Amino acid sequence: MPQILVEGLAKTYRVAERDPGTWGAVRGLVRRRWRTIEALKGVDFSLEAGELLGFIGPNGAGKSTTIKILSGILQPSEGRCEVGGLTPWRDRIRHVARIGVVFGQRTQLWWDLPVIEGFDLLRDIYSVPPDRYRRTRDELVGLMRLEKLLDQPVRQLSLGQRMRCEIAAAMLHEPSILFLDEPTIGLDAPSKLAVRDFVRVLNKERGVTVILTTHDMHDIEALAERVIVIGNGTILADSPFETLRQGVLAERRMFIDFEADAPDLAGLDLAGVTVHGRDGRALELAFDPRVIAAPQLISRITAAHSVADIHVDEPAIEEVIARFYDLHGAGEA
Amino acid sequence: MDALRLYGRYTAVSIRSQLAYPGSFLMMSFGQFLVTVIEFVGVWALFQRFGHIQGWRVGEVALFYGLASVIFSVADAVTRGFDIFGSVFVKTGNFDRLLLRPRTTALQLLGYELRLTRIGRLAQGLIVFSIGVHMTGFSWTPASAALLAWALAGGTALFSGLFICQATLAFWTVESLEAMNVLTYGGEAAAEYPLDVYARWFRDFLIFVVPIAAVTYFPLVAAMGRTDPLGTPAWALPLTPLAGFAFLALSLWIWGFGVRRYTSTGS
Amino acid sequence: MAANLYPNGALRPYLAVLAGRFQLMLQYRAAALAGFATQCWFGVIRILVFAAFYAGGAAGQPLSLRDAVTYTWLGQAFLAFLPWNADPDVADMVRSGAVAYERLRPVDTYAWWYARALAWSTARVLPRAALMVAFASVLLPLVGLGKWSLPPPPTWSAAGLFAVSALGMILLSAALTVILNVIMTATMSDRGANTLAAPFVNLFSGMIIPLAFFPDALRPFLRAQPIAGLVDIPFTIYFGGLTGADAWRAIALQAVWVVVLVLAGRWWLERALGRLQIQGG
Repeated sequence: MPQILVEGLAKTYRVAERDPGTWGAVRGLVRRRWRTIEALKGVDFSLEAGELLGFIGPNGAGKSTTIKILSGILQPSEGRCEVGGLTPWRDRIRHVARIGVVFGQRTQLWWDLPVIEGFDLLRDIYSVPPDRYRRTRDELVGLMRLEKLLDQPVRQLSLGQRMRCEIAAAMLHEPSILFLDEPTIGLDAPSKLAVRDFVRVLNKERGVTVILTTHDMHDIEALAERVIVIGNGTILADSPFETLRQGVLAERRMFIDFEADAPDLAGLDLAGVTVHGRDGRALELAFDPRVIAAPQLISRITAAHSVADIHVDEPAIEEVIARFYDLHGAGEA
Repeated sequence: MDALRLYGRYTAVSIRSQLAYPGSFLMMSFGQFLVTVIEFVGVWALFQRFGHIQGWRVGEVALFYGLASVIFSVADAVTRGFDIFGSVFVKTGNFDRLLLRPRTTALQLLGYELRLTRIGRLAQGLIVFSIGVHMTGFSWTPASAALLAWALAGGTALFSGLFICQATLAFWTVESLEAMNVLTYGGEAAAEYPLDVYARWFRDFLIFVVPIAAVTYFPLVAAMGRTDPLGTPAWALPLTPLAGFAFLALSLWIWGFGVRRYTSTGS
Repeated sequence: MAANLYPNGALRPYLAVLAGRFQLMLQYRAAALAGFATQCWFGVIRILVFAAFYAGGAAGQPLSLRDAVTYTWLGQAFLAFLPWNADPDVADMVRSGAVAYERLRPVDTYAWWYARALAWSTARVLPRAALMVAFASVLLPLVGLGKWSLPPPPTWSAAGLFAVSALGMILLSAALTVILNVIMTATMSDRGANTLAAPFVNLFSGMIIPLAFFPDALRPFLRAQPIAGLVDIPFTIYFGGLTGADAWRAIALQAVWVVVLVLAGRWWLERALGRLQIQGG
């Protein structure tokens, strides 16, 4: 039995359409026209305990609808969803006691309170036994290096400091599942790394199941073994990230610095290779590793020309995802 | 029991964060006090001119006036979370956070803030009530004190119910919530005078539709040891504050309905 | 057109702020309706209470019940004219410190604030007053409650005098709002002014009860103080409680207070802004 099971999940909203202007508002009172929006059109997936799932998709694709249903704050129109044997929206209180949720853009702490007092209040909200609370809290504080932040009011923390506290706060009741919604949004580079490290530790060492939604593809690259791409209310892909990359954009880049001006490679008759850029002695090639492997390409070039330096790169992850959305016609909804 | 303990914790936190700005707290409390005390100055002046209203003297009206103020200030202080629910929780989506915690939403909103500045109006109510006690020779007996406490409890329940209804409306619209002021602030204003000064239709409204008279007028008439000029039997007078609890229960039921709507539309 | 009438276009910014405020306020229709409902309810309670008081004997009262009813509806109709609060935008500027830059606008700061206050209150009052008149003067008589309605002024001259006095009320309200703005600017806090304004305005304007009901000994003082011009003077003129020379004297008093408050506000504003600049270095 998987820890999270989602079958045929669908959600439709009815939105009242209003004509513009005063007269439209008056007419709207009498006769309403409704428009149906299908936010989710049958989503299926399952997740085993201890997995770390990246959940991505353009805005309006159905990401947050799915997360809201999984966390028990939204009822689907159709479909089944069980988390640890509970139906989230039906057993809301029992369900939410077992999950932790972090919204990158909203705080769950108390703005005017010192962090530690917010933690204490969460202890009472989640009815965590005092000794267990102390142990968990001290571990989290050590892990996230929060010692110096505990006595500061939340409003005085930087965004990065706050996010570390937020994640710790979401873990105080030792949930077995953690939902992270854009946890790195707006953070500076060191804070992003700290958050990623923390999530990795929670997942690998504590076995916490993590569902991560983000627009920062580096989060996905750094953390997720498995990625679900959602677009237009359906799952477009559910696979390890590497598989996704190869399926979409297998292309690699090769950057070569020659000893002399970059030569014309046409004579080498290289299949699956295109010249992407040329600047003095530098040359940028794009190649398909399924047609010609990198070592082979290097040896053919170095055999013909003298080369100062070579490095091979993958296309940026944003490019992969953008290409993927294009392929599925799933740009910004 | 656990819920009560949590409420206590919420309250302690709320008080501490309000006292973090003592200047603001004192000024707002004083303003509350002044604005409502000055209303009573108007009542006083009218009595100087007219002597009585339907046979009630100023001291007796001070009792009604004070009780209404005390009840309203307590209810207004504890239900702050519901009062600002539309703008602070629905418009912003912050209600999601409440749904993500393993507690009832009503308890979390009650715990949102205990609005200390209402102490200004509470003080006004207590002072006006004391003036009434002094002028009428209101007799403090265990029975009359218990009746007042009972009226306070029922009244707090009733007005809290009204604020909960107002918050429930916010699930549908956050625009026209001020209309509920008619019943909250307007209800308090109506309870400042004894019920029998009003016309029949208005009395019926205050008894049967929004039973404000049941938590102020009837129990206070009983506590004063008077017979109701409207003819309510004496045995029934002390029972009426129950209506406040019934109203609260009804409001909480409607609230649950609103929460279900929120979780099915997500907005 | 305005530019032609006023050659330098000096009034332009003020007319623009007036128009802008109106549009903004008219967007809040729902709030206006809710405010209207609340005012109807409070009007009803007050009238029922007055009726109960008068039932015990109207002899020797300074106002008849009919006049008290008229006064009550007028009070509910024009409630939003009362300067309970400083201009919320100025309050924001005080909080953020941006108020120090107000002098950099190419307009006269006092006139600018005055125009805003005027626009703010007028835009709030007019829709509500119109609704209230429709309710209390038209609907109530139609459903047979004519006794409890808002009647028109008894004579044409009362109507004319009321129109003049209402203008005084509007100008006075704006002058007081700007004074609250100035107090806020001078104290650099939005708390004091807003907290203390409401009780005094309510009491001394005659909004809580007509000033005539207060003990006779206080009457000369109550009638002479500036805030009486907000409610008591215009309303008493409306129902014919002040006529002829008495009415003109009351209107003159309103005018004197407007001039005094405008001059005082202007002087104080200059001082407050000047001090800000010095502190700001």
